[in-house]
Amino acid sequence: MEKIFKTLSQLSASTILLILSAIFVVLYIEAKPAIEKYGLHFLVDPRWGVTVQKNNTPNVANNTANSEVGGINVEDDDVLAAIGALSPSEEQKSDVVYGGLVPIVGTILSTLIAMTFAVPIAMGIAIFLAEIAPPSISKPVGIAIELLAAIPSIIYGMWGLFYFGPFIAKIFGGSSVNLLVAGLVLGVMIIPFMASLTRDSMKTTPNVLKESAYAMGATKFEVIKDVIFPYAKKGIVGSMILALGRALGETMAVAFVIGGVFNFPHKLTDPTVSIPVVLANNFAESSGLSLAALFYLALILFVISFIVISFAKFYFLRDKK
Amino acid sequence: MKKFIAGLTLAAVSTFAWTINGTGATFPYPVYKKWISAFYNATGNRVNYTGTGSGTGIKEVAQRHVDFGGSDKPLSPRVLKIAKLYQFPTVVGGIVLGYNIPGVHHLKLSEAAIKGIVLGTIKYWDNPVIVKYNPDEKLPHKKIIFVHRSDKSGTTFNFTYYLSKMCPTWRKYYGARKLINWPTDAQGRGIAGKGNFGVSAAIKTNPYSIGYVDYADALKNHLEMATIQGSDGKFYAPTPKNFSEGAKFAGFDPKKDFYKVIAYPKHGYPIIAATFILIPQEKVNKDKEVTTFFNWAYKNGDKMASSLGYIPLPSNVKAMIRKYWEEKGVAPLN
Repeated sequence: MEKIFKTLSQLSASTILLILSAIFVVLYIEAKPAIEKYGLHFLVDPRWGVTVQKNNTPNVANNTANSEVGGINVEDDDVLAAIGALSPSEEQKSDVVYGGLVPIVGTILSTLIAMTFAVPIAMGIAIFLAEIAPPSISKPVGIAIELLAAIPSIIYGMWGLFYFGPFIAKIFGGSSVNLLVAGLVLGVMIIPFMASLTRDSMKTTPNVLKESAYAMGATKFEVIKDVIFPYAKKGIVGSMILALGRALGETMAVAFVIGGVFNFPHKLTDPTVSIPVVLANNFAESSGLSLAALFYLALILFVISFIVISFAKFYFLRDKK
Repeated sequence: MKKFIAGLTLAAVSTFAWTINGTGATFPYPVYKKWISAFYNATGNRVNYTGTGSGTGIKEVAQRHVDFGGSDKPLSPRVLKIAKLYQFPTVVGGIVLGYNIPGVHHLKLSEAAIKGIVLGTIKYWDNPVIVKYNPDEKLPHKKIIFVHRSDKSGTTFNFTYYLSKMCPTWRKYYGARKLINWPTDAQGRGIAGKGNFGVSAAIKTNPYSIGYVDYADALKNHLEMATIQGSDGKFYAPTPKNFSEGAKFAGFDPKKDFYKVIAYPKHGYPIIAATFILIPQEKVNKDKEVTTFFNWAYKNGDKMASSLGYIPLPSNVKAMIRKYWEEKGVAPLN
């Protein structure tokens, strides 16, 4: 019995590693054509889907490149590629360049805005619920927060598109879909998540510790700062990491409010794109090289999340010995 | 219980009830859905159609995963030959320019104005090129915000196809594509929405914006729609009558598998486009079921289509399609 139990739990743990590496491998294989073509330059190239002629005059005048209909440059390559019938001669007349810099920057910026906005508010909520509010208040508010955490992201997206976006545009100017709106909607989405996890971990502080601090004459603020926070640190940082992961990969809500324009944001209220949004917008209609480029982007997102999260874990949660 | 019995009798009447599966373009999805349920009630045969996008529709039918694929973008006869597919149009839709300028309700746009707006050379609403045909409207000195699709879409393809036909500069530098780097984006005056729904919402929530949307969606979202200049120089309001006028001059040719992006006809509203069905050449029996369904829809579905803001095919085109089916050996059953 003991043995079966042990192997079973070992098996379930190893599936995680298996799934993780399987995802990585699949992403890599699918992205390979794009990786071979663009290499690491993909990371710093801001152009997406721009046609370039072989002799490198950028963008324009590739009238002969694709199948022409009454002199109109019609993009047929992806259809041919989809059915595996692209003849090599056609492939060589023009080149489409895909670069991931704009969505990469968009992802990082929107996540940064979300975290800057959400962390202080979530901490405030957690402290209030765990330490300050009487049970008659903290119970219903706590339930409300858990409910907020359970709302599907598409609903945040619609709310952002129809109400929050125009509201922000009125205050800060710009259009109703932009980087700032996306960041703030993301922030709102991760607040309940962070708040409820942080509250739970704060509540695990033993009363003995708190009471002895009070007995020494510590104020509430000092108890929270010097006793509860250090004690619950692991849980708090863990909640932030989970929230960060969610913010990095959030798709539906952001797709509605970020603006979907392949441009660097020059100010906060400019529209831009993020990696998950590019994937969601283009996946169904892509094939061939553009599909490989999307997989390349997905791989980059995977690596970014991996790096950010392992850095956070390493930096904040290392044991001080 | 009643329904159940009715279903049983139906099943008994048509002993050979069949099911066909299709996927593809989302643009005609509402009208297909309506046709499908009416067709089921009338014949007991099932048609399943999922709106996954034209690209998916082409891929899935090319790989023979479904019985038919829907695509807003027609395939050229050459590509059809390679992929061994037949193709025919089902219904026509109009693309309109929806706008949001407070206080302006009857915007008229000449071809020069549309060119200037999409190319980014006209930056403000009170530009003389726009004012010329709108002497009675109070056009403000505000930046024009151009709204486009953020996802790859057949609507973008059709709209840019129209632009390519109308505007040599556009044709030279941009062409017809499902995803375009719009010149207005680089000027910081562009925003994008996901789907027709996203574009409509963006237009509604951003004053001084203009964007292209399917007529059916513009209608649903109560957008103001611009009256635009046709290729004959006359102005056409986006009405079903003007759309059908355009569809009449479409010039479909069965010899070319109806390959025609019909944006920009000689007369009538200029931005209209058909949506197409693709069927595998070798699956004759399944194809016959597919054509049976669409033949039924051509006969009985025009009203349903118009009520949703689509334009039924003119009767001469329908006759051509029926002949095309016969020639290819996929004529409808009975």
